Amino acid sequence: MLELSNVQTFYGNIKALGGVNIKISEGEIIALIGANGAGKTTTLMSISGIVPPRSGKIFFMGKPIHLLSPHEIVARGISQVPEGRRIFSQLTVKENLDMGAFLRKDKTGIKKDMEHVFSLFPVLHERRHQIGGTLSGGEQQMLAISRALMARPRLLLLDEPSLGLAPLIVKLIFQVIRKINQEDGATIFLVEQNANMALKVAHRGYVMDNGEITIQGTSEKLLHNEDVKKAYLGIVTAT
Amino acid sequence: MRKIKELRQSLLISVWFMFLTFPIMVIRVNTIDNIIEWRWMNMIYVGLGSFVFSFIWRYLLSKKQSGAKLLKADKPAYLLPMQRIFANPWMQMSALFFIAVFAVIFPFVFSSYQINIMTTALMYVVLGLGLNIVVGQAGLLNLGYAAFYAVGAYSYALLNYHFGIGFWTALPIGAALAALFGIILGLPVLRLRGDYLAIVTLGFGEIVRLVLENWNEFSFGPSGISNIPRPGFFGIELNFEQVSAYLYFLVIGICLLAIFVIRRLQNSRIGRAWIAMREDEVACQSMGIDMTRAKLTALALSSMWAGLVGVIFAAKTTFINPASFTFLESAMILSIIVIGGMGTILGVIVGAFLLILLPEYLRALSDYRMLAFGAAIVLMMIFRPQGIVTVSRRTYQFSDENHAPDISTK
Repeated sequence: MLELSNVQTFYGNIKALGGVNIKISEGEIIALIGANGAGKTTTLMSISGIVPPRSGKIFFMGKPIHLLSPHEIVARGISQVPEGRRIFSQLTVKENLDMGAFLRKDKTGIKKDMEHVFSLFPVLHERRHQIGGTLSGGEQQMLAISRALMARPRLLLLDEPSLGLAPLIVKLIFQVIRKINQEDGATIFLVEQNANMALKVAHRGYVMDNGEITIQGTSEKLLHNEDVKKAYLGIVTAT
Repeated sequence: MRKIKELRQSLLISVWFMFLTFPIMVIRVNTIDNIIEWRWMNMIYVGLGSFVFSFIWRYLLSKKQSGAKLLKADKPAYLLPMQRIFANPWMQMSALFFIAVFAVIFPFVFSSYQINIMTTALMYVVLGLGLNIVVGQAGLLNLGYAAFYAVGAYSYALLNYHFGIGFWTALPIGAALAALFGIILGLPVLRLRGDYLAIVTLGFGEIVRLVLENWNEFSFGPSGISNIPRPGFFGIELNFEQVSAYLYFLVIGICLLAIFVIRRLQNSRIGRAWIAMREDEVACQSMGIDMTRAKLTALALSSMWAGLVGVIFAAKTTFINPASFTFLESAMILSIIVIGGMGTILGVIVGAFLLILLPEYLRALSDYRMLAFGAAIVLMMIFRPQGIVTVSRRTYQFSDENHAPDISTK
């Protein structure tokens, strides 16, 4: 469904991605894990076109998208939940969700989807008239995910959904991620620091280091890989 | 206890002020008689004045702080009593009716001097509404707005001088040219925001003014263009008073058009895109909003109004030169929005009337105009940073939880 082939992205002269290859099939949950500054967020930004790649190709549904501008990429069905949530803090919850459906014109469909996200996160329905900035961190993350879902994406890009959240909230969010994948059939590309949690939800995973993919495989395999265990899961095995 | 502390503080401040102003307020050297006058009464006035002023100041500040605490618990947006009255639709209708009647009979009752002042104020209403699109709605700080105003004025003046084009033809041309200049400015600043954008727009405003000032062959330099014809009225010659009234109604019409168009824009898709852009650029892009288009339309639609008013300005004064389009002009229009309340139409109207009409009616104090201006802005920022009229849309509405989910789109 999505294919990155030899994608290189720069910030000015600084190389952030040095030839990334990733393949995602329809219906999968893919986790991308790695240390700070490995290039995980840049990978997502390159896919969504906000920081376009300098070389390499990105294909979505068999068509190249690396030359398109961000709004065209969203129109193709890729929605991003940016790092640090970035909800519209001066708008109400409902207005935030309306913003998510910006490109859509089917009023009844939007209404139905709004009811759907309210069923996923009932707390948002309670707070629908509240200003986004007054929500708690967890509620803001729920809102950010719901807002992205309002665009009815085929591929959902999630950037660190667990950032700064309590373990219980993280668990709830990951449950919903799995639910979105299974019930709505959305493909999910997940960037996470919380490698353990991410790999438990994901089907497959990629490990990124210094702008390059170093290890890839099924979640099961990665969870038991010695290098991954040491570097990202914090498990030191007796040797 | 606290009162005593406040009094002591105020007393200290007044002593300090008496000391500071001693050299200029008390001592006067009379060079003719070679004597020194000691004006001790002045010192007492300064002391009393600063004491009273400081006491009121401290009282208001403490009241504001305790008020802020109360408000947080109660509701986020504080509405003026005026706004609360106007929440009632019947009051709204009758107020609108009275304003409309007043506006219609105004030129037949008052002198042409009054009509001219009112016309100027209304022109600033349109300018404020136009700038408000970029600054208040799209969140792009534009400090060179007077440049677009100049584009409008000069396009009428020059087109008329060279080709004899009339007012009504020049009106849309001036607006279109100003919008084009908005886009020309917009293209290089697409990637800029915040302070950087403010600096570039400031520079753009100065460039336009300097070009007009120095390119003699094109714009006749600082001596400007005179004898610009007033707008025609179906070929009938009007005397001065009739022209004033005619321009007044014309500006009222443009004002109403601006209010109508901007209201529609606020609730449209492009309006929502502007709000998203103002709030967060990355999030705005990931919503699928074309930011390039949103920015350029904001700049073009905002500059368009400046161009329209520019044409009217040239026709009204019949003489223009670059001195009318300095940075001060841009700052004035920006102050109108800041004082009135950013992002609201009513706020801009109130701000324009305050800032344009007050100095006119307080002509006696004209020497201290800038001083009063600065003081007013400082006071605003401390006591009502959101402007005179706030966006009343942002309120909590707790509805019955058993109620069916209210997710109808507005």
